Amino acid sequence: MKRVQFNSPLLPYLFVLPQMAIIVIFFYWPSVQAIQSSFYLEDPFGFSASFVGFDNYVDALTSSYYLRVAQFTVIFTVLVTFFSLALGLLLASKADDVIRGSSSYKTLLISVYAIAPPVAGLIGMMFFDQHIGPFVKMAAWFGWDMKVGINYFDTAFAMITVAVWKQIPYNFIFFLSGLQSIPVSVREAAAIDNRSRLGRFWTVTLPLLAPTAFFLLIINMTYSLFDTFGIIDVIVKDKAANNPITLVYKVYMDGFRGNDIGGSAAQSVILMLIVLVLTFFQFRFIERRVHYN
Amino acid sequence: MHRTNFWDHLILLFGVFIMVGPIFVAFMTSTHEAVDVHMKGLQVTWGDDFVDTYKEVLTTRGGFTGDVTGARMVMNSFILGIGFAVGKIVLSMMAAYGLVYFRSRFSTLFFWMIFTTLLLPLEVRILPSYDVMTKLGLVNTYTGLIVPLLASATGTFFFRQFFKSVPDELLEAARIDGAGPFKFFIDILVPLSKTMMAAIFIIMFVYGWNQYLWPMIMTNEETFYTLVRGIKQILLVWVGSQIPEYNQAFALAVLAMLPPVLIVVIFQSWFIKGLTESDK
Repeated sequence: MKRVQFNSPLLPYLFVLPQMAIIVIFFYWPSVQAIQSSFYLEDPFGFSASFVGFDNYVDALTSSYYLRVAQFTVIFTVLVTFFSLALGLLLASKADDVIRGSSSYKTLLISVYAIAPPVAGLIGMMFFDQHIGPFVKMAAWFGWDMKVGINYFDTAFAMITVAVWKQIPYNFIFFLSGLQSIPVSVREAAAIDNRSRLGRFWTVTLPLLAPTAFFLLIINMTYSLFDTFGIIDVIVKDKAANNPITLVYKVYMDGFRGNDIGGSAAQSVILMLIVLVLTFFQFRFIERRVHYN
Repeated sequence: MHRTNFWDHLILLFGVFIMVGPIFVAFMTSTHEAVDVHMKGLQVTWGDDFVDTYKEVLTTRGGFTGDVTGARMVMNSFILGIGFAVGKIVLSMMAAYGLVYFRSRFSTLFFWMIFTTLLLPLEVRILPSYDVMTKLGLVNTYTGLIVPLLASATGTFFFRQFFKSVPDELLEAARIDGAGPFKFFIDILVPLSKTMMAAIFIIMFVYGWNQYLWPMIMTNEETFYTLVRGIKQILLVWVGSQIPEYNQAFALAVLAMLPPVLIVVIFQSWFIKGLTESDK
């Protein structure tokens, strides 16, 4: 808090009010409603609703389809997070080493950041297209008959590839700024102690990057869970039946396509809890970091 | 200190190839005729159809009901991107000012209420949000498109952090000079925040422009479609037709990614500054 402040009984509220109004109407109201309707069984037209307690949750968590979707979500999240972090770090550490041309590399590598997930999905669809897609042809060289949109595994492969591609620039930016904030003196000392570049990377650079990496880990998990919606929607094209989808996509399908309002709400609340746990870790860690500084 | 390694450049070039290659191919393919693409696959050379394709997607009415042109979608995307970015900056600067520069009984409560919005993404409360919008009659309006997206506090925390780093002496001096709360805000704090505002604007514009799920739910009239929201429609139409209009699909994809990519590339230092400082 500031040592010097204005004293006014009304003004602070005036300044905070617009933000608060929007938050209350568009954040709290729907959030509370989500929790509320997760305990009700509502008919699709909203005429009647009966209280069913935790039935919606039990239904969701015991359904084999839900569990399959959850399983895919976990696999998807782990793979997307791992590959986009690893590739982002690899490129950032190389860009950090290279002096000449580093700004052109940087510019080109971050450009993909600004592409919307569904647009990335569309481009991905073209590359995995049965008819014109170069990836399908390449896969055919190895005897892999790739059928994205029909074959479960192939669709998952395409989704993960596109999701990783889209996320690399974000990790690249953070890793690069993390690397560039390592003081020259530390680098020089490390260079004297350890002559091998890879050894220096493991023993000095990586531990110093750990806070950034942890922060990115959480961000990437959230990305895989939520922001990939557009990619999945474009690739699945509303035919979720035999295609892999994530939990968020199922919430959307059940709520808007299936009109299962209570079930969809219960699934939303489960997701809220997952995000809460993730965010909790993120803030715990940020708190610690602030302490260190 | 370090020798530039051949392998470093090779890996970076390969990275650039993987990242930028697909965008390049998408653009090149959009300059060819649909039949060409259909027969020969994706293109890496410049075709003759650039003007025709882009003129067609920008001016011809398409979609299911035939109400919307590419130009209209471009406009809608700009309305959403700019409206969201400006709204975010105005709202969050005001709120941050109210929180940092005033002593009030409820500021802690407000802080936590704003803080909680960081916990839940829009995606998990999408159905009830739609419900609320129907009740308020905001479906198929620009207000409904933009305002609910503003209900998150990312910007507030960013400006709060920044205001806290502004030296106290500035306020003391301003008060001695007789500046009131409004004057201090407009004449001193806003000019001081210019760089921050620019950084936030760029990030928020890209975020708004790239919105997909919310516009998809909020707008079912095609005249409100943004480019990103229209993507799936493009795809559905494209899949159904005899010879798929690959070139047009790619042209719309290029239009949908051009403004955000250009902004990020041109203003990358501001963008990176805003991004890394607001999140950490």
